[in-house]
Amino acid sequence: MVKAKQERHTEKGLLAALHADIRFGDALKACMNCGICTAICPAASFYPYDPRQVCIQVQSNDEAVIESLLKSDDIWQCGQCMSCKPRCPRGNVPGMLIQVLRKVSQETGLFQYSELGRLQYDIVVNIGNNLFETGYCVTPDLMIPQNHPEQGPVWEWIYENKAEVFEKVGATYRQPGAGACRDIDTETLAELHAIFEQTGCMELMDKVRNFAGHRG
Amino acid sequence: MKWTSYEKEIAADDFFYVRSCIRQTFFPGAENVLLNILRERLKLTVVEDARHTSCTGIGYHTDIVPLETIMTVVARQMALMTESGFKNLLVSCVTSFGIYNEVLHLWDDHPELETKVREHLWRATRREFVKPANVAHASDVIYKYRREIAQMAQYKLVNAQTGEPLKGVDHIGCHYAKIFPVKGIGGAEFPRVLSDVVTEFGASSVDYPERRHCCGFGFRQYILKETRGYSVSNSKIKFESMAPYQPDFIVANCPGCAMFLDRWQYTLSEMEGKTYDAAGRGIPVLSHEELAGLVLGYDPWEIGLQMHQVQPESLLEKMGVVFDPGGKFRTRGGRQLPRPQEPDILLV
Repeated sequence: MVKAKQERHTEKGLLAALHADIRFGDALKACMNCGICTAICPAASFYPYDPRQVCIQVQSNDEAVIESLLKSDDIWQCGQCMSCKPRCPRGNVPGMLIQVLRKVSQETGLFQYSELGRLQYDIVVNIGNNLFETGYCVTPDLMIPQNHPEQGPVWEWIYENKAEVFEKVGATYRQPGAGACRDIDTETLAELHAIFEQTGCMELMDKVRNFAGHRG
Repeated sequence: MKWTSYEKEIAADDFFYVRSCIRQTFFPGAENVLLNILRERLKLTVVEDARHTSCTGIGYHTDIVPLETIMTVVARQMALMTESGFKNLLVSCVTSFGIYNEVLHLWDDHPELETKVREHLWRATRREFVKPANVAHASDVIYKYRREIAQMAQYKLVNAQTGEPLKGVDHIGCHYAKIFPVKGIGGAEFPRVLSDVVTEFGASSVDYPERRHCCGFGFRQYILKETRGYSVSNSKIKFESMAPYQPDFIVANCPGCAMFLDRWQYTLSEMEGKTYDAAGRGIPVLSHEELAGLVLGYDPWEIGLQMHQVQPESLLEKMGVVFDPGGKFRTRGGRQLPRPQEPDILLV
């Protein structure tokens, strides 16, 4: 059983929280449920995922339906490729709607109810920590071959010989100054941390970490 | 839609370059050769400020970086560009390219948001910025100068033995044009940014059925082990679609897509015992920078083609590229590194 800890800052309701995101207006105008988004969706070809249904549920304006959606695996199955955007006859963007739904799901802690949602903790530990420590989302050091067998033996060879391989192709791996894979200086990292603090990124990541303490 | 809407303005010179987390991790030689081509061959001015960071795009699309955070990080990059006296942004990464366009679009629609981000940036860093006059992806600049590059080329994308054009398939990368079709050459439906380049270099371009399908990155879908099957499954859709046309190479716009289309060929060969070419060597995957470097006669190992899992020799041999096989695993100082292990199926 998942013991959920839900915050109280959505007293105006989940729908209001969705509408408060500036992207909501671009994401969902008036869906006519044609299903073109589902037809083109790479996630729908892999998961039992249906962006058309997500639009219908949000468009219902029913708090209970939206709460159920925010607790579901459905909203974590989209790959945010945005293939839906150019194809929607009404100019809706289900992929962007997913971004808004995930934001509210994390802010309210409802993501804990979803097995896929709870994996956000791993994203924070993986990408979040890397951003905080290095200033990059991804670095060669993050791609440990044991965790990434799909990368194949050439990556394993690169990983084991990083300094020489990166030097050969003109990169400045873990060196100061400009160039590919350079070390980002401490003053720059301090500015990045200040931005994360100032704009709510640290708060969001802390929330995901704290809610993860209630994982089932 | 008018055909003119499939064109866009690309700045001619004086660029401020921002790197890609994924490209510099997996194909750092591609970024290096791009800068070399622009600076040394085309005599353009491109500056880089070591203080720029990730745009945090992967964090944003995995939903752990809020909108206002990424906007402020992007604003900081713009501030560095402003401080350096430049106004044209040159972006290595397709995800970042989408991010810059999305941020500028949202600021146009919601000026109060731009004001708020300026306040965030000032409080956090004491920096200010002017918005870029032009945002170009690296492939846009290769596209703009494709004729000049072709005139300087040492090799063509032509079979050196038969004289027949090599067959190329392209993959544009979703965030290049699907978010804002007017920001991509050819838009989302009729992409030309790579096909016009490869045809200029002598190849023929194949409009295979799943050309517009996502490579399957899916951000969290790949990053999380539990859902990585999403990624390989979508790449497989593309390979199955392109294989009947027997392409000699794949050219990819986006750093992540280039990596996935390369690595998943290995993974699928191990999983299913299958390759998507007749010779069992896989279909080489190159970025626009690497392809331009190759036709211009750069050493394949200096531009990093040994960092690809699908080995590039089949393409080099077809093009008649003169190269030193022994240099592939040699360090800059001349020391031979041990060779990578050979895959079970994919021939190297």
